[in-house]
Amino acid sequence: MAEPKISLKDVEHVARLARLELSEADKERMRRELDSILSYIDKLRALDTEGVEPTAHAIPMTNVMRDDMPRPSLPQEDMLANAPERSGEFFRVPRIIEE
Amino acid sequence: MLASLTVHELGARFRRGEATPSQAAQAYLERIDALDPQVRAYLTVTREEALKQAAAADLRFKSATPLGPLDGVPIGLKDVLCTRGIRTTCGSKILETFVPPYDATVVARLREAGAVVLGKLNMDEFAMGSSTENSAYFSTRNPWDLARVPGGSSGGSAAAVSADLAAATLGTDTGGSIRQPAAFCGNVGLKPTYGRVSRYGLIAFASSLDQIGPFGKDVEDAALMLRAIAGHDPLDSTSVDVPVPDYAAELGKGIAGLTLGVPAEYFIEGMDPEVKAATRAAIAALEKLGARTQPVSLPHTEYGLAAYYLIAPAECSSNLARYDGVKYGLRAPKARNIVDMYSKTRAQGFGREVKRRVMLGTYALSAGYYDAYYGKAQRVRTLVRRDFQQAFERVDLIVAPTTPNVAFKMGEKEDPLQMYLNDVFTIPVNLAGLPGLSVPAGFTRTGLPIGLQLIGRPFEEATLLRAAHAYERATEWHKRKPALP
Repeated sequence: MAEPKISLKDVEHVARLARLELSEADKERMRRELDSILSYIDKLRALDTEGVEPTAHAIPMTNVMRDDMPRPSLPQEDMLANAPERSGEFFRVPRIIEE
Repeated sequence: MLASLTVHELGARFRRGEATPSQAAQAYLERIDALDPQVRAYLTVTREEALKQAAAADLRFKSATPLGPLDGVPIGLKDVLCTRGIRTTCGSKILETFVPPYDATVVARLREAGAVVLGKLNMDEFAMGSSTENSAYFSTRNPWDLARVPGGSSGGSAAAVSADLAAATLGTDTGGSIRQPAAFCGNVGLKPTYGRVSRYGLIAFASSLDQIGPFGKDVEDAALMLRAIAGHDPLDSTSVDVPVPDYAAELGKGIAGLTLGVPAEYFIEGMDPEVKAATRAAIAALEKLGARTQPVSLPHTEYGLAAYYLIAPAECSSNLARYDGVKYGLRAPKARNIVDMYSKTRAQGFGREVKRRVMLGTYALSAGYYDAYYGKAQRVRTLVRRDFQQAFERVDLIVAPTTPNVAFKMGEKEDPLQMYLNDVFTIPVNLAGLPGLSVPAGFTRTGLPIGLQLIGRPFEEATLLRAAHAYERATEWHKRKPALP
């Protein structure tokens, strides 16, 4: 058996970062699946990329500017229409600061 | 039968007064009623709205002032494209009730061209998948064999075109999600150059790879659709300001004098021998039409998939952070605090594959792993791009199979990695930002479609379409229709 690429503890840590609640059964399954994918991805190690520039976008472009002209936004009521919960003209959320 | 016609044939009938847009919309809606319970391409059918748009098109033809080749033509849209006032789910439970307040630029452009929107098409959740089995709602079937997948993630868009449930459709392609289902369903699917088509209003999966493109019953239809949606858009800063040619007018010029490259790396161990044979036969047919061929090498092809499965999940984990239950979509009830609300909402709203990719991407971007995974993948992406650049110094187009296999059975690929391997020939094109097209190139002995992939230089969609059109005219594959009950 090869050393696992990712531990249950790693899965719990990453799930916290991703704000994703996982059940105990989900965690082990996720660990197994990520392990298999990461093992496949490991083939990249064989490739020498020393001195190769990274590509973020295939079509090179930088600093696309437009004139700083005011223009109307989408109507507030339209933007609030999909809110799961609202309070007047605000999106309502559960308490953020613990007492 | 109006629903079996191509876009250009339908348009000709409208102009000659032999049919009206209302009749066409009605014909498609009836066919959707009769067949979609089996094919399951549509998530939402916009009947009333379609008939209203068709009636408006009727008047334009009556007064001899049609808007162009798409006026009155019934189309379908992948449910990843925002449609004002029409529910847009992205195939996810997290957006089950989401009604966008605006149209995606491509939707607005098709509406301005007079196209009639029949509805929204099924897809793998957030466009993550290769079979449409990852839809949170139901699986779409392959019209050629209802026990098989239509491919994905734009499976609904591909199945709808092949089953004559829309004259043409739009899909999106991040790692093959237009070309692979086009190959599986036996129609023409085109992924444009990155930046050719505005992504404004496209629900983002992997922003540096996503691109919107058409499915057509033939090459000319794909050309007409691309012409309508392509072009610079100030609302998408990655859309490029390059003139949009009249793609349909470029067709019919033939391919004499073009040099086609055949990459050895796209004929691999384990691929379906019938796909291999069909691809070889198609290359021979292209030679007979006057093209020269020569071998090219794309040596980093086998690393493309691994790089993609770091880059796409990394971008996805960032893009999907917005689904937090605050401004739209699902919100989990009974949360203890806001973080608990986020975590429960995402647990309940996302399906298994989406969670897997969010996790993989978060991991690849997290402290201590960024350089080893994400940074490495971006460097490999450079090598994949260079392979193509070097090949295109010597050839005008690259020809290859679209997929290593034909449509597989539903439930056949349970292991995520096995599903990913299906995209090995389409992914490098996205990494390099190039245009790619799949055109029908035959059938297996059991009657399943095979796709030929053409890959071009950036912004040379016209050359792709011209070559595909020449091939299509020399063959009859695109005329075959699935026998639906």
